[in-house]
Amino acid sequence: MDADLVSDAEEEIRLKGAGIIAAIKESGVEFILSVPDIVTSGGLLRPIARDAHFRLIRVCKEDECIGIASGLHYCGKRALCLIQHTGFLDSLNAIRGVAVEYAQPICMMIGLLQHDPEKAPRDSPRYGVRIMVPILDAMGIAHHLINEDADVALIRPAIEHAYAASAPVALLIGRRPSPS
Amino acid sequence: MMKRHQCFRVLARHITDEIVVATYSSAVDWLDLGERTLNYFSVGAMGLDSSHALGLALGRPDRRVICLQGDGSLLMNLGCLVTIAAAAPRNLVHFVVQNGTYEANGAHPIPQPHVDFAAMARAAGFAHVHDFADLANFEQQAGHVVRLSGPVFVTLRVEPSRPLTYDYPRLYDPARREALKAALRPGGQRRG
Repeated sequence: MDADLVSDAEEEIRLKGAGIIAAIKESGVEFILSVPDIVTSGGLLRPIARDAHFRLIRVCKEDECIGIASGLHYCGKRALCLIQHTGFLDSLNAIRGVAVEYAQPICMMIGLLQHDPEKAPRDSPRYGVRIMVPILDAMGIAHHLINEDADVALIRPAIEHAYAASAPVALLIGRRPSPS
Repeated sequence: MMKRHQCFRVLARHITDEIVVATYSSAVDWLDLGERTLNYFSVGAMGLDSSHALGLALGRPDRRVICLQGDGSLLMNLGCLVTIAAAAPRNLVHFVVQNGTYEANGAHPIPQPHVDFAAMARAAGFAHVHDFADLANFEQQAGHVVRLSGPVFVTLRVEPSRPLTYDYPRLYDPARREALKAALRPGGQRRG
């Protein structure tokens, strides 16, 4: 078994990657822009890479996603940046300028590395995770925690709203999704 | 050595309905040549011009995209060379204007003014790579280079320019961005 996949024996499956991917498709997203993240690697990125519905653009650094998504948006194409929270933190200036100040619908799905999914991100034992929501709030970026299957229903409305309002959105993946 | 505005005058003779992405000093010199709807000056963060250009090229494969990036800007996003080469858009021509300085930020030198960007692009896997330091040579080749099947990378070795006036409110006017979006969406206008 790949190291990035959830094991039934080790962990109860509470977040199915297939449901997340279906929600992304229903949102009209064609392009996935990504740097691999161990939280979403097995449950999202691997199946997305095999899925002919998507055009996966593998980038070297997460801020590239922000620029590429902007260019695609000008052409009426929808994209999702699939990144880790460390990459989000590294890309703050790009997100500040391109997504927030230029009011563009940059949609980010962000894996919370080493987060304890039983806690709220604000209360995470990991400093990098703990500061995520305060930073998003300070930047005025809408955010939603996708931690359980029930949260998957938030994805499509969040992406639709981002495009309708021309504003960025962050979907925080709180635990490793299973691949099915 | 060449001057950036001379190179752009040459390039402009070959531009019709292409999307032109330009930022900072390159945007100032490009805009001096005239207004056109298909100019993309939406930046927001230094270094991302080439990534914006890749997004445009992927989003509109039927239209050529010309990126005019400064050398300081490319240094902030060198990984884009690998990303672009891997995505392999046939309609993208990526120029780096190499004057060896961070011109818009006090004209301080970049860490290695003579860095070989063309070699980097070649190693990254660009389909075509060119390196120009002579204006007559660029004049002869420019029309050919911008029509090649991409991704194409072109270094323009230029001297630091005369002092420029950076009218950012004009460059980054939201109305300009909205007009470009309208032109690029389905049913938008076809010409520059």
